[in-house]
Amino acid sequence: MKSALIVFPGSNRDSDMIKASTKISGNAPTLVWHKETTLPDVDVIIIPGGFSYGDYLRSGAIAARSPIMEAVKLAANKGTKVLGVCNGFQILTEAGLLPGVLMRNKSLKFVCKSVKLEVTNADSDFTSGYDEGQVINCPVAHHDGNFFADEKTLAEIESNNQVAFRYANDTNPNGSLNNIAGIFNKQKNVLGMMPHPENLIEKAHGGTDGRALFEALLGKQLGAKS
Amino acid sequence: MKAKVIVTLKNGVLDPQGKAIKGSLDALGFAGLNSVRQGKIFDINLDETDKEKANAKIKDMCEKLLANTVIENYTIQLIE
Repeated sequence: MKSALIVFPGSNRDSDMIKASTKISGNAPTLVWHKETTLPDVDVIIIPGGFSYGDYLRSGAIAARSPIMEAVKLAANKGTKVLGVCNGFQILTEAGLLPGVLMRNKSLKFVCKSVKLEVTNADSDFTSGYDEGQVINCPVAHHDGNFFADEKTLAEIESNNQVAFRYANDTNPNGSLNNIAGIFNKQKNVLGMMPHPENLIEKAHGGTDGRALFEALLGKQLGAKS
Repeated sequence: MKAKVIVTLKNGVLDPQGKAIKGSLDALGFAGLNSVRQGKIFDINLDETDKEKANAKIKDMCEKLLANTVIENYTIQLIE
């Protein structure tokens, strides 16, 4: 699978994402600067974490209006897979590719720790490497991860099985409604999640629970070792 | 023309920052506070001189960037 990774001023998890993608799939993503207006022909677009534009206005708000995002929207509407992690999730909601919004954490504190995630929907190109209901470890590191949507939107998200991951075992770190940690769009080709699976792919990370996501999404290279 | 845009959280949307500010005001001894909600103000100076056109332009700005209408309301005040 070929992938592109969008880099914004203030992205800072791009290196982790490049390493994870390359290590698992054997192919390095093509880096695309946010001022570009076209994307290479790829199967997967990745928007990494960080603090694009210093979180000015609202987290992800300015990045979501960057020139490259029009190309991302076009590709997403044609079925290209899009993964946004942390700030990438915030950008995807601000761009209208995913419903809802990520608000300031309920505690008002930046949280950086490991949480438990329930794989709520394993029937997607992102989550098929997990079992439905499986609980995995995953680190979070964010200030604005408190998922909110109005009642009607939330009901739609639930009834369309758009919840990919939920915080499990009382580890909701931010006050997200319905313990939502990650959601798909209706077509399930766009996934946004606050936790960082790219930081749990080799034993030196303290676990490999994030690998299955990248293996499902990007394909596993032959002979890949954990 | 100058304009002031005020962006506030919609009713029913949790405002943890407003809550923390209220807590601090309570601690400072300001009695009788029912609630505090935090918002944003944008002072905008633009070339447009026609009020209606200016209002329409700023409304577009609010919808496209200044407010996230999932959680926020906005009001526009035109000032000369």
